Amino acid sequence: MALFEAHELHLRFGDRVVLENVSLSFEAGRLSGIIGPNGAGKTTCFNVLTGRYKPDRGRVLFDGRDITGRSPQQIARLGVARSFQIMTLFDEFSVFENVAIALPKTRARGHDPLGQAYADHALVDEAYDVLEKVGLADRADDEAKSLPYGARRALEIAVALASRPKLLFLDEPTAGLGSDGRARLADLVRKLKGILTIVIIEHDMEFLFSLADDISVIHWGQVIARGTPAALKANPWVEASNLGRLN
Amino acid sequence: MAAGRTVPTFTSAMLLSWAFFATVPFWIEQVGLYQYLGIEILIFATYALAFNLVLGHAGLPSFGHGAFFGIGAYAFGLAQFNVGRNLWLCLAIAALTAAAAGALVALFISHRRGIYYALLTIAFGQIFWFVAIKAHSITGGEDGLLKIERLPLSLGFTRVELASNVSLYYFVLAIFICVSLLLWRLAHSPFGRIVKAIKQNETRARFVGYDVWRYKAAVLVISAGLSGLAGALFAMAQTSAFPDVMSLHYSGYVVMMTLVGGGLVSFWGPVIGAGAFFLARDVIGALTTGWMLWFGLSFVVLVLFKPEGIAGMFAGITSRERKAAPPRGKPQLQAR
Repeated sequence: MALFEAHELHLRFGDRVVLENVSLSFEAGRLSGIIGPNGAGKTTCFNVLTGRYKPDRGRVLFDGRDITGRSPQQIARLGVARSFQIMTLFDEFSVFENVAIALPKTRARGHDPLGQAYADHALVDEAYDVLEKVGLADRADDEAKSLPYGARRALEIAVALASRPKLLFLDEPTAGLGSDGRARLADLVRKLKGILTIVIIEHDMEFLFSLADDISVIHWGQVIARGTPAALKANPWVEASNLGRLN
Repeated sequence: MAAGRTVPTFTSAMLLSWAFFATVPFWIEQVGLYQYLGIEILIFATYALAFNLVLGHAGLPSFGHGAFFGIGAYAFGLAQFNVGRNLWLCLAIAALTAAAAGALVALFISHRRGIYYALLTIAFGQIFWFVAIKAHSITGGEDGLLKIERLPLSLGFTRVELASNVSLYYFVLAIFICVSLLLWRLAHSPFGRIVKAIKQNETRARFVGYDVWRYKAAVLVISAGLSGLAGALFAMAQTSAFPDVMSLHYSGYVVMMTLVGGGLVSFWGPVIGAGAFFLARDVIGALTTGWMLWFGLSFVVLVLFKPEGIAGMFAGITSRERKAAPPRGKPQLQAR
């Protein structure tokens, strides 16, 4: 059984059907991609999978457990982390604290109103480990909002990594990045691949096709194709759309 | 291996300000003011610090905090009339009653944010104020609860009378020190940092696993309890309790004190603001009965041109110095 499964998800906003009969499954240890044009329902799909919206119908299973309709914080605590397409950081915190606040160690002490927050060496080490991974360790003391755009994108992922997830959802991690930034991000994702299960929503086909083990194509709120990057390139729909124009 | 990061429990600014407050009774009359003013400033400084836990630290706009202050004042009086004439007991009852009221309000509003939160706090504040005026048999209505005593302080080995303004001032100072120390520790604790994270980005806080509303509720309960404690001290100082401190405009005063002082950028801002407020009342008030007009105008000017308040002005000066200093740490290879 796959680590994460969605069965026949339906969601409507008013009279608009946003997701229709969407079934997805993500195997442990693999990198899965979700592509599709603007407004296809990709981010909405993420929002249902991570608890932001409740589906009208359908089930979401993680690690064999039914998590349909659970709150984001409950799902996060089970080991599902996500990054956001629109930067969602703790802007006034230092880079270090953005990561430290998301560590399970900090969360476990959340009821402590008098102790020191970050006196524990192991906790600080853990935060630096995460920052090393994304290449931000030397900027640990900078304020998050003072970082350049590319570094903020990396921090966005670092915060998600800090919660020690089994499964990581990345929502358009390359949004707004130039080709340099994209290359650096691809390196980072390649490093994470194999360590944990990753699901990426992307616009940038080249980025995704070079990284993913398998890809689902979403359009009009439905999964219209699924397969390995190689298989998908031969798919008539992908070929017919701009998505197929790859080298 | 990286070292742990700790925040000192005592800072030099903290110790200096405590020492400064300790000297006040020795010179306040020489400069033409009076002992009771010191008591008022410290009580409202305590109240504003407690209030700023909600406004500045958690970013929750509460405009009905007077309710908790007033409930503390009434509870202190009623406890000494009906339960027992022990200072610690009555103070504890005051703080707990206000905290309970805070918990009740928190139940209804902790899932809200922004303007909805603000409006609900006003609504609840008005309800409590209205009840205080109408429940004549309990609170004395608009006549207030009179003949509240300044109970003596029993420390086990000795008993100190607090009837004089100077002795009461030092007792209030001791409470102020405890409350400010408590809130300082809280601000740097795991709980406090998480609350600060929620203020910056509630969505992200939820997605890294925090039950945001529980933290928001807890903050309001703690703040309400400490506001109630300040209210109890005010009942002692005034030897009575009146509904006016629960009214909307009194709730507005504490917001003003906190913002003028710079509570949004500085832990000690509310203390500065409480001092500025009462000094303005007495100094400008000696010149004109319309002192609130001038204080209000200065509030408008401050919010327009220096929203970080008085503490922000000092922070501006020190950070300019810091910027002039050579960069610390490893040299940066990349140009920024």
